[in-house]
Amino acid sequence: MLTVSELSIGYKTQIVVKAINFNLTEGELMSIVGINGVGKSTLLRTLGKVQPQLSGHILINGKALAQLKSNTLASQISMVLTEAIPSRNMTVWELVTLGRQPYTNWIGSLSHLDEEKIGEAIQILELEDLRHKPCYELSDGQMQRVLIARALAQDTPIILMDEPTTHLDLYHKVHLLKLLRRIAHETKKTILFTSHEIEMAMQLCDKMLLLDGKNNPFGTPEALINSQAFETLFPEDTVVFNSETKSFRIRK
Amino acid sequence: MNPQKTYGLSFAILFVALVLCFGLNLSFGSVSIPFKETLNAIFGAKLENSSWDYIIWNYRIPKAFTAILVGGGLALSGLLMQTLFRNPLAGPFVLGISSGASLGAAILIMGATVFTGLTSFGLVNDVSLALAASLGSFLVLMAVMIVASKIKDTMALLIIGLMFGSITGAVVSVLSYFTNAEKLQQYIYWSFGSLGNLSWAQLLLLSGIIILGIILSVLSIKSLNAYLLGENYARSLGVNLKKSRYIIIIATGLLAGSVTAFAGPIAFVGLAVPHLTRQLFRTTDHRVLVPAVLLYGAILMLLCDIVAQLPGSSSVLPINAITSILGAPVVIWLLIRKKRMLF
Repeated sequence: MLTVSELSIGYKTQIVVKAINFNLTEGELMSIVGINGVGKSTLLRTLGKVQPQLSGHILINGKALAQLKSNTLASQISMVLTEAIPSRNMTVWELVTLGRQPYTNWIGSLSHLDEEKIGEAIQILELEDLRHKPCYELSDGQMQRVLIARALAQDTPIILMDEPTTHLDLYHKVHLLKLLRRIAHETKKTILFTSHEIEMAMQLCDKMLLLDGKNNPFGTPEALINSQAFETLFPEDTVVFNSETKSFRIRK
Repeated sequence: MNPQKTYGLSFAILFVALVLCFGLNLSFGSVSIPFKETLNAIFGAKLENSSWDYIIWNYRIPKAFTAILVGGGLALSGLLMQTLFRNPLAGPFVLGISSGASLGAAILIMGATVFTGLTSFGLVNDVSLALAASLGSFLVLMAVMIVASKIKDTMALLIIGLMFGSITGAVVSVLSYFTNAEKLQQYIYWSFGSLGNLSWAQLLLLSGIIILGIILSVLSIKSLNAYLLGENYARSLGVNLKKSRYIIIIATGLLAGSVTAFAGPIAFVGLAVPHLTRQLFRTTDHRVLVPAVLLYGAILMLLCDIVAQLPGSSSVLPINAITSILGAPVVIWLLIRKKRMLF
């Protein structure tokens, strides 16, 4: 589905991370974790072709990402970004509907299939009661669900999400991550998200990519724990990882 | 299943209002003509007073059509700019279109005396003025487009447009300072704006350009809707950012540039009408908004023109003053009463 090998990301003059390798099959939930500023968002933006890759390979179903035309890309990858939606007057339904743009005709008329997909996305994210509400009346958690519904309506095999759990309380974080897991497993979509919720990700994700700026270990949470990959994720003088409880402890 | 509202009724009401305002607009003017006679003239009947016939056919009807084109054109270009820049305060003139037109007009009217000391006798008429204004707005628009191709950030483009406006404004000030009183007066009259100076031939040209602008806008509807999510989302939906941005800017240039060239700078219509339309049509879908702002803008312009005629008197107020007097309070009202100017 998605194969990344020896990828270097960053900006013209500066490589942020290099030697990123991972491989995902359909229906897998993967989280990208790492310390602030290591390049999690940069990686996500590179995978979504918001910025160009520096070197290495990104293959989607065997085809190079760089070669894909923008229309084709729009039917392969959808995104949930951290940036605010500028139009705050838009209703939930209108926003989710925009996810169907890659499939609609020149003026954007919805077909039966489009309406079906929109209805499905709204149902999965439990937004039925909110569908006529304008965005400025929504809470952070509701808005996040709307954005995910929009990505889901775009009906792409791959969904990229940049920090979907920020601004949410513990309950809503868990709720959202469980929902992502369910979506990935039930609809067979590959979902990648960046997160700081390492302990939750360990429990819920199929695969994890640890950006540490050196080896960038990738694998199932179990394998990563066994190979002691989490121990070196943060400077050891502040937090230590306990592999029995699968949690981080503050070093006092 | 489909919660998309249909706005058929609202559109029907707007259309009826447009026809009513058109009729009303024809029956007001510095010469009072009975409403019945106005109707007779429109439907081709001979009038008792042949000068009334002349006034209606060669002055009032072209003026009313100009009002429709000006109002619709400015309102649509305002909508395009607000969506492209995702800024509720953007209007057709933020790209420096109006200041460019002013510069063109100012150089034609006042430039000759300042630079050569000669009076530009016979050079200044409606046609040359329209030409100079179009040329001015086109040049400023080109400059903004060249800058636009260098930078990616739309917000920076907005500020650059405003800066171009400042520069051209300053040049106009310098010209005004050195010119003689007569020329200055002529320039100020142009800047008042006027709907009544167009011949049928000019009207035809203006409507051609406006229709072209409308076609480009309609072709952009899908990308306009995507722009509401921001540029990164729009790109991820398959929108070609560069191409769509150019088409939208060209459409704005055609709409606002041609209107300003023929009718002078007319303020606030482009800024206020999209917001008023959003009060009536509670949607952000440009498939509804594009036709709605066209109708709404045309109606508002016809009404402003009626007010400018000062019904019952023989004097006429400058149209630019009327749109500002009516438009500015509307913007303030939107901000205070509705507590928001969202788009």
